[in-house]
Amino acid sequence: MDDGKSTLIGRLLYESRAVFEDQLRALEADSRRFGTQGPRLDFALLVDGLQAEREQGITIDVAYRFFATPARRFIVADTPGHEQYTRNMATGASTADLAVILVDARKGVLPQTRRHTRIVAMMGIRHVLLAVNKMDLVGYGQPVFDDIVDAYAPFAAVCGISTVRPIPISALEGDNLTEPSPRTPWYDGPPVMTYLETVEVAGPPSSGPFRMPVQLVSRPGPDFRGFAGRVCAGAIHPGDRVRVLPSGVETTVRAIVAWGGDRPRAEAGESVTLALADEVDVSRGDVIAAATAPPEVADQFEARVLWMGTHPLIPGRSYLLKTHSKDVRASVTAIKYRVDVTSDAHLAARTLQLNELGVVNVSTAQPLAFEPYAVNRTLGGFILIDALTFETVGAGLIDFALRRATNIHWQATEVTREGRAALKQQQPCCVWFTGLSGSGKSSIASALERRLLAEGRHTYLLDGDNVRHGLNRDLGFTEADRAENIRRVAEVARLMVDAGLIVLVSFISPFRSERRQARRLFEDGEFVEVFVDTPLEECERRDPKGLYAKARAGALPNFTGIDSPYEPPESPEIHVTTAGRPVDECVELVRTRLP
Amino acid sequence: MALDVLESESIEILREAVAAAGRPVLLYSIGKDSSVLLHLARKAFHPAPLPFPLLHVDTTWKFRAMYAHRERMVRESGARLIVHTNEAGVAAGVNPFTHGSSYYTDVMKTEALRQALDAHGFDIIFGGARRDEEASRAKERVCSFRSAGHRWDPKAQRPELWSVYNLRIHPGETIRVFPLSNWTELDIWTYIERESIPIVPLYFAEERPVVERGGTLLMVDDERFPLEPGEEVQRRVVRFRTLGCYPLSGAIESRATTVGAIVAETAAAAASERQGRLIDTDQPSSMEKKKREGYF
Repeated sequence: MDDGKSTLIGRLLYESRAVFEDQLRALEADSRRFGTQGPRLDFALLVDGLQAEREQGITIDVAYRFFATPARRFIVADTPGHEQYTRNMATGASTADLAVILVDARKGVLPQTRRHTRIVAMMGIRHVLLAVNKMDLVGYGQPVFDDIVDAYAPFAAVCGISTVRPIPISALEGDNLTEPSPRTPWYDGPPVMTYLETVEVAGPPSSGPFRMPVQLVSRPGPDFRGFAGRVCAGAIHPGDRVRVLPSGVETTVRAIVAWGGDRPRAEAGESVTLALADEVDVSRGDVIAAATAPPEVADQFEARVLWMGTHPLIPGRSYLLKTHSKDVRASVTAIKYRVDVTSDAHLAARTLQLNELGVVNVSTAQPLAFEPYAVNRTLGGFILIDALTFETVGAGLIDFALRRATNIHWQATEVTREGRAALKQQQPCCVWFTGLSGSGKSSIASALERRLLAEGRHTYLLDGDNVRHGLNRDLGFTEADRAENIRRVAEVARLMVDAGLIVLVSFISPFRSERRQARRLFEDGEFVEVFVDTPLEECERRDPKGLYAKARAGALPNFTGIDSPYEPPESPEIHVTTAGRPVDECVELVRTRLP
Repeated sequence: MALDVLESESIEILREAVAAAGRPVLLYSIGKDSSVLLHLARKAFHPAPLPFPLLHVDTTWKFRAMYAHRERMVRESGARLIVHTNEAGVAAGVNPFTHGSSYYTDVMKTEALRQALDAHGFDIIFGGARRDEEASRAKERVCSFRSAGHRWDPKAQRPELWSVYNLRIHPGETIRVFPLSNWTELDIWTYIERESIPIVPLYFAEERPVVERGGTLLMVDDERFPLEPGEEVQRRVVRFRTLGCYPLSGAIESRATTVGAIVAETAAAAASERQGRLIDTDQPSSMEKKKREGYF
């Protein structure tokens, strides 16, 4: 930030002749209008594209810039340095081979330098160009440069950066960018451009065993079935034995089909279509791999997750997890700790906020074929998507599978739920009452249970306050605890429905996301959501337990309706407005709609 | 080598988006980028046919040679073509000469595109835009999210990591997908040469009737071109770096008559290709503004 990053990139574009005359004229006009360099050209304006950025003089989003020299073709991912844009930096780093980290010669290695280095190392970048900028402002002195290098190099090595190339530069004056600068005769290394042209960067691993995630199953007619994807490791030939994961079925590659004729070979980085020798079952999201060395399959992982959502990560909440081409439901079962990216300290955490990094356990609804991120970015990287808004809220890097995933198996039981329900001569279901505190949920649920009992039904009432005295006594009222509260109760309700009971659940359950998750545990028609709709003013007037008074006085933080939100159901099975309606009538409303 | 990587990346994007799409469509503008995109799409799904139709938003002001090329490519590829024109705009007589490029583009391109997308309910829309074209496009995602009403909000864009694309949308929302995001103009030409991709002959130099107006060479493609006092039609050897509506596309003087010569000329170019595009510069941050309103 303010260390001349945009100026350096603008300058590299200019020096590599990637800036055309008309763009230069536009730059001259823009420099007069927005520039911060007085009468001189402000190269930063070449790269700060969005209006908001020009007005604020900072980079907000990741910008992609292109330039080429006779030796190489470059894509620059220009990412902001401020802490509130950590997610943007991780995004830019996810596709990069090399990182240029700028340090202001006057300021030296700052906490943000360490933060940036940790992020790029985590995302898998192994080479860093340490650009010690603004050398013009320190008189081009070697001791300043040497001190910065000495402070930085050991730190980078600890982070896992394998090579650091420090270069003293002035982006503004153009020193050591394309030509060795006469003002730093003590520096005998390459200028920036020469280094960029010659540094060795690794593409996807074409040695190593073959892996290809299947993007599409191509079936243009009855005679052809092909599996389209991009090879992410190794190489493949017709006749090679392959294994399809997660199913584990083995077969042989019959042909590598391509436009213009079949091919004898394909390797990492290439998009291809494979035809297989046998009619095996392969779907989008499966991985075709070398039969002799297939990747692991698991449904529980330890992963590092960088949170990108404005709403925090809540353990237990259901998200959509997308790897390269597979979509599954997933949840974070535990946050082991949060990592302070600046200091590397491990901190306890119940949730992760925007731009926070955590080491977590992830559980997926279906097994995934994977490799650790450090081995293969494609098979080890994933994003988390909010199940309601569909925003991308997290980026994850798989480190390893949790052993328990492979060692706990589902135990088949012999007495069925149908058998248990038939004995009770009833159709089990879960009636889920949601509404504000004091809305009348418990009164209605309790009266309904009395009535069902009188009809000879087998029931059980799970009441929020009661369950919090036992099973959930360890939970408080934060959003994360509320989510876990509902998850546990929903699981208990499901076991009881399985046992053949009609279960009445009376919980405030303020969040749509958890109610939706509870619903998913049940068969169609088994989950009946009842919205007990009473205006907040009325609940507050009733205040049967005196809680609203306490909350208003500030003695009860996170109280639903006061300082914690209630998200009303969008399409409940039953909507009961209680205002001016006696309890019996409300019960009747619900009873007539039950199976 | 670099072209092979770009090709594989674009094919990967096309396949990924089609896998997620309900009703995909390729926005086909007949130009060189569309030609490359169509070629890549045929490769991506081979041996299966194209899994989406082509949509051409026709302003009725394209070069005649472009219409001829469109018909040829539809014939050769076997693709299904949908042509849409904003008939209300035509009825109101909206044209680039009397209404100015900004209003004309809004009605005949942006509004027309919205009409076509809504009428067919397309959710995944492929386009040939590249990040190297213009400053606000440098920050464009490969998969660019549009809220209901086709609005582009730069702050509501989803982070895009690796090649993992989030293509989940609610009804009414759409995603514009740009498989050529990482290609440059030079890449496009080098690839056209390598793959022998057919392009509109207007890209090659030839003697053509032109008028010089405000420093730009405009081709008099049909009798609808109104000459201003003092202007006369000259015959000059020119070609086009980009093609759009003929009254808004500036020609350059050039002797390049083969793709090889164009590659050489592009590599040595001193001006960017959008120089010939009159709509980019008609207002400050004009491309960003057009995109917010739904322009491609």
